Amino acid sequence: MIKIDKLQKSFDGHDVLKGISFEVGKGQVFALVGGSGGGKSVLLKHVAGLMKPDHGSVMVDGLKISGSGQKALRMFRERLGFLFQGGALFDSLNVFENVAFPLKEKSKLGRNVIREKVMRELENVGLIGSEHRYPSQISGGMVKRAALARALVEDPEIMLFDEPTTGLDPVTGQSILKLIDDCHRRLSFTGIIVTHEIPKVFAIVDRVIMLHQGLVRLEGTPSDFMESRDPVIQAFLNG
Amino acid sequence: MVLGFQGFYSLSRFGSDAFLGPMVGLALIKELGPVIAALMVTGRAGSAIAAEIGIMRISEQIDALELMGLNPYRYLMVPNLIAAIICMPLLTALFDVVGIFGGYLIGGKLLGVGAGTYFGEMAHYVEIKDVLEGIYKSLSFGVIIAWVCCFKGYYSGIYTGFGSEGVSKATTQAVVMSSVLILVWDYFMTSILF
Repeated sequence: MIKIDKLQKSFDGHDVLKGISFEVGKGQVFALVGGSGGGKSVLLKHVAGLMKPDHGSVMVDGLKISGSGQKALRMFRERLGFLFQGGALFDSLNVFENVAFPLKEKSKLGRNVIREKVMRELENVGLIGSEHRYPSQISGGMVKRAALARALVEDPEIMLFDEPTTGLDPVTGQSILKLIDDCHRRLSFTGIIVTHEIPKVFAIVDRVIMLHQGLVRLEGTPSDFMESRDPVIQAFLNG
Repeated sequence: MVLGFQGFYSLSRFGSDAFLGPMVGLALIKELGPVIAALMVTGRAGSAIAAEIGIMRISEQIDALELMGLNPYRYLMVPNLIAAIICMPLLTALFDVVGIFGGYLIGGKLLGVGAGTYFGEMAHYVEIKDVLEGIYKSLSFGVIIAWVCCFKGYYSGIYTGFGSEGVSKATTQAVVMSSVLILVWDYFMTSILF
């Protein structure tokens, strides 16, 4: 479903991605791990079409994301949900309005249907009672939950998660991962999770990609990763 | 009010202090009203627009809009542009009215120019084309402010660097560029509408 082929990207002469290739099958969830500044978020933004590669391509169901026109990109994004690292909730809208925003602006659904859908999504992420609060009035964990509800409210086929648990305490982080797993079971989306949450994230993903110095160091199942004798991976696992 | 003092001082040297009203009126309606109001709006609202959009850029809110398949220009630039086009002439008109009454307060109440002379001569010499000139200027200044400040905020990550420093630079650049463009554009407008 998602095919990344020899993707290269550099910033100011510094090579961040040096030819990344892998494929994510329909309904699969991949974890993208690696050191900070290793290009994981950059890779995710290429998949979403927010960045253009220097070389290589990202294809989703045969559609080349990097070379697509605005119309094709917009149609692709209709199928996409993206959970940003900081949530990216709109400051001027409350939680309910944030989650309702994509439906209100893009769908022709009636007010009552939108309300019902939004409240159901907020219930799924445990935010009932906080719908009238603004992003500045809620905790980091609640921001992530609200952002997740907004990303899922349109029932996307593809979900990209950019460090969904970063900055959260272990309990809240674990609850977000469980939430992602629950949503995956419910919606069967194809997903990529950029995370440092090792090994907790292994319980909810099918495969793991480890990026190191702009290249794929390992691609395999969570158990392949745990059993690897590669010193880089060992160092990453053991701190 | 300063214009009232300075105008009265200059005109009385030529025995023309009765023309204080037209002088204050024309100076404010054609030139000072649109320009000073625009500079004030740039400092007050233009900086806020650039900072708000810049913060939306660095906190990925603009990326979120794009990923929803929505056009960020429609949500961030168009409302500001429409608001600026509507508000600038209104604020300029308010500025003109307050300035004209301020001039009368000095000229009429303090320096002895009669209300009839002040406002009568003003009504006689200020023509509708002078008012239109002020409106045209304020409209174009509104477009400049919204355009420059939105642009600077929107592209703050690209041209001025990411993070709070990038937003701060973008805001400063927005205010400076808008102010300079207003003054330069004012010269061309005056040349055309003279």
